[in-house]
Amino acid sequence: MNAFLAELRRECLLAWRKGALALTPVAFFALAVVLFGLAANPETSPAYAFGAVWVLALFANTLAADALFARDYDDGTLELVLLHARPLFAAVLGKLLGHWAVSALPLLALSPLALFVLQGSLAGAGALLAALALATPTLACISGIGAALTVGTGRQGLLLALLSLPLAVPVLAFGLGASLGGPQAPFSLLMLAALLAAAATASPFAIAKALAIAQEY
Amino acid sequence: MNGASGGRQPAGAGEPGEPLLTASGLAWRSDESCLFADVSLAVHGGDLVEIRGPNGSGKSTLLRILAGLLPCAGGTVHRAARFAYLGHKPGAAANMTPAENLRWAAQLQGETVAPGSSDRLLAKLGLGDDRFHPSGALSAGQQRRAAWARLLAPCRALWLLDEPLAALDAAGEELMRTLIAEHRDRAGAVVCATHAAIALPPATATRTVALPM
Repeated sequence: MNAFLAELRRECLLAWRKGALALTPVAFFALAVVLFGLAANPETSPAYAFGAVWVLALFANTLAADALFARDYDDGTLELVLLHARPLFAAVLGKLLGHWAVSALPLLALSPLALFVLQGSLAGAGALLAALALATPTLACISGIGAALTVGTGRQGLLLALLSLPLAVPVLAFGLGASLGGPQAPFSLLMLAALLAAAATASPFAIAKALAIAQEY
Repeated sequence: MNGASGGRQPAGAGEPGEPLLTASGLAWRSDESCLFADVSLAVHGGDLVEIRGPNGSGKSTLLRILAGLLPCAGGTVHRAARFAYLGHKPGAAANMTPAENLRWAAQLQGETVAPGSSDRLLAKLGLGDDRFHPSGALSAGQQRRAAWARLLAPCRALWLLDEPLAALDAAGEELMRTLIAEHRDRAGAVVCATHAAIALPPATATRTVALPM
């Protein structure tokens, strides 16, 4: 519990110290939404706005995870976590939770506005928010595994994207299904919840193992 | 939870007479070359063990194996006491102050360090006026002094130190030698990977592990 709180608190404190820089992922999201709004023709499909929001949320999540463990690897605090945090998965979970709170919550708040910019149906904003709220912690877990596997390889942002984006496809599919409404929406929401439960229980162990292996290089 | 600083008896010490750290038959191979083989040592309370050898001989690797950061290619390590590890890297987030980093490291281990005692400790290590600056803005020597604070709060029976005097000025080196002597006096043990002698006369190292090149 102490290790969990220590890492949760530190992640939030570091985001606070970074100031506006901590908002880089959500700024990327906003900018990309505007670009999509300018470049694409929303008349083609009513689902288009939702699809764009989901893909961009995925990209913003991957971008945010790039420095998740690399910074700790560089400054040596990762060694201390591996040596002293007991249980280790609790520290990883605390870090993931803090990371999600500072990187994904602003994106959630911005998503109805993104829908508006992309001329999507604002009636679907509630469903989109619910689906994103369930999906973004799962995405943070998935990109966390990618970030742990690429730690120590230098800043391999593209490698991280190649590793974690394919794993995020089920989240994308059910997320779209849940936010578009229709008879399958409740099932999709349940599947998002199930994916979250699986990711939140399994990923801290996978991340802890990957981080330990990274010490050998 | 023990009070983290100021206690004279290091936390986590085992039975009297029992070694705090035992290693036998340690070996490390990278690809084809064998860095070292069959290194054995037992570390008791009050000991200072110096791991000596030229650059690239595997001093840091051996220390990381003793700490449990690396799996050993052969042999076993048994740690009977909780320990503190001082590596090459500062072990402090650049955007947090030395005091914040110190309290984080303690909380990670389930201990608490009161703001007052962390400030006193940092002042003792010569960082009195710098404790409000981000760690990343400190000089290499100051960051080393801040890392040393981690050894004292919470104070563990066993210290594993990698080039502990690197980047320190003459006064800093003397201060750290004093801290090592005080730690040995209270039945703590120190294992150092170092290219130069840590113990200066009249103090002596209990043992020197010489790694060949």
